[in-house]
Amino acid sequence: MSRLVVVVGAGPAGLGAAAGALRAGADVTLVDASEHPGGQYHRMLPGAFAAAHPGRLHHGWRGFERLRDHVLRHPRCDWWPESTVWSLERPGEGAPVVHVLRGEADAAGRERLVLRPDALVLAPGAHDRVLPFPGWELPGVYTAGAAQALAKGERLVVGDPVLIAGSGPFLLPVAASLIEAGATVLEVLEANPAATAARGWGRRPWELAPDAGKAGELAGYALLLARHRVPYRTGRAVIEARGDGRVEEAVTARLRPDWSVVPGTERTVPVDALCVSHGFSPQLELPVAAGCALTRTPGGAFTEVDADQRTTAPGVYAAGEITGIGGAPAARTEGLLAGWIAGGGDPRAREAAALSRRRDRARAFAARLAAAHPIGAAWPGWLREETVVCRCEETTYGSLRRAAGDQASGSARAVKLGTRAGLGPCQARVCGPTVAELLSGRVPGANPHHRPIAQPIRLGELASPPTENTPKPDRKESAR
Amino acid sequence: MSARLVPAARDAAGRRPDVPLRITVDGEPVAGVAGQTIAGVLLASGRRTWRSGPSGAPRGVFCGIGACFDCLVTVNGVRDVRACRRRARDGDTVATQSRGEDAR
Ligand SMILES: Cc1cc2nc3c(=O)[nH]c(=O)nc-3n(C[C@H](O)[C@H](O)[C@H](O)COP(=O)(O)OP(=O)(O)OC[C@H]3O[C@@H](n4cnc5c(N)ncnc54)[C@H](O)[C@@H]3O)c2cc1C
Ligand code: FES
Repeated sequence: MSRLVVVVGAGPAGLGAAAGALRAGADVTLVDASEHPGGQYHRMLPGAFAAAHPGRLHHGWRGFERLRDHVLRHPRCDWWPESTVWSLERPGEGAPVVHVLRGEADAAGRERLVLRPDALVLAPGAHDRVLPFPGWELPGVYTAGAAQALAKGERLVVGDPVLIAGSGPFLLPVAASLIEAGATVLEVLEANPAATAARGWGRRPWELAPDAGKAGELAGYALLLARHRVPYRTGRAVIEARGDGRVEEAVTARLRPDWSVVPGTERTVPVDALCVSHGFSPQLELPVAAGCALTRTPGGAFTEVDADQRTTAPGVYAAGEITGIGGAPAARTEGLLAGWIAGGGDPRAREAAALSRRRDRARAFAARLAAAHPIGAAWPGWLREETVVCRCEETTYGSLRRAAGDQASGSARAVKLGTRAGLGPCQARVCGPTVAELLSGRVPGANPHHRPIAQPIRLGELASPPTENTPKPDRKESAR
Repeated sequence: MSARLVPAARDAAGRRPDVPLRITVDGEPVAGVAGQTIAGVLLASGRRTWRSGPSGAPRGVFCGIGACFDCLVTVNGVRDVRACRRRARDGDTVATQSRGEDAR
């Protein structure tokens, strides 16, 4: 009987993992909540658009199509679209049991399925991290990822004109997509000063050579911005959004390297939409549910993996943005390696060694990225007493500070119960890292990624009995 | 100008001519295009907000990928559907929600 590898997420990392495991000879079940593979990077257009040239909106589209077709058409691969992993159950030994809901997003009465893999590869990716600022809850303020997802995924521009702000190289592809889709981009603001970015990018330049692809992609965006006369300003940020029931203007200001505001440099810019991203938050609920240890880095917590992409939980591997923010090529390489090892491939095989080297270079690239675009410690200086920190519960900065002060000997949990920060529908996905940062040093922390129910399930669905995974009829003898 | 769909005729991706669909939002008919999410239909029709927070403050799309839960709507009688993740279907009945009455 051959090994069953379940891969969660079909972005660059998950597709890579599926290919790696197939190559090692394993059976693969590839599960993704979306209707299409590709993840955030190679977000596919809906079938109903019948687009003749989807690749024109993407980098590396040919390579993606090849990988996608190879994996999805492989006789040993089961592709499960619109399938959400809502829980992982840890048995006494071996890989976790995977609980899946299959059907339209957030529908009632989706099919409940259970997978019992020999090895599990987690590749659920990340979402934008946005630091709060006064007015960020106004409609018309979007994450940069939202603007990107809507432009690439369904050809919608979120507004016109648009201002893009925050930190990180991701602001560039978002600007490029909006320009391509016909919107006016007023300016792109990088909060870090040019010197910080240059230090991060300029150190040990030989390390960049293997990532020429990514570097070239970024250079292309910079050219596009120049061609459209879109200013890219460093050391400047949006510190407030204003408007009556919707964003109407953004207040920008010059920042010092620690992201404190230089007084008197404020400018008001009329906008139709504001797109903000200060980096990415890995989706850690599945690794945490699987019992994986996390590593804390200056850029936040990530899933800890060894040289073979193995997590600390038995039979569980991790790849892509949940192990560190390194971009799509890094994610794919990590996936290929994770899948190969999870599928029973020899870690000392020549291919594996080559992949490890590529992965190590990708990690060096990721470390540089983090060094070039850190979050400045003085950002809370933008906040006012009444600024919303938790969007779901509308918990303000003031109430959070007061609760932390009152409960100096209490816990983060007590502060949360008192203020409700992080207890709303998003379950602290958006405010978790921010609240943890604002409370750090004041009250002992809690794990902001602990969500026993990783994705919402309805009571009726919970009550219905799950189906054990039924193998494909043509390979019954090899599946379990 | 507000949110809008890139016109099919000018779309570099080579989209075929749009296949129209119709949904209702709180009883009002709203036109969309097959393939759009419910959030996409609402945004392209000029709406920015369709939910309210605990204080009554308006909300619409924030993250666009199912992480923030700002965009929740009721679709064909089922509450708490993320509009950014749900593909619109012709004839869908969408109702807006307010956090005050959220089930959680
Ligand atoms: C909105 C957004 C847009 C982005 N656009 C770009 C871009 O244009 N250019 C760029 O260079 N970088 C972009 N990035 C950065 C991007 O995250 C990486 O470059 C790359 O996509 C990471 O690959 P990954 O495989 O780790 O994760 P992803 O590509 O995020 O793939 C993760 C997959 O896992 C699935 N998943 C997650 N949880 C579950 C679950 N519980 N059950 C089932 N499936 C699940 C998701 O549906 C998704 O398809 C974007 C990020 C975001 C958040
Ligand atoms: S916009 Fe964030 S979940 Fe839909």
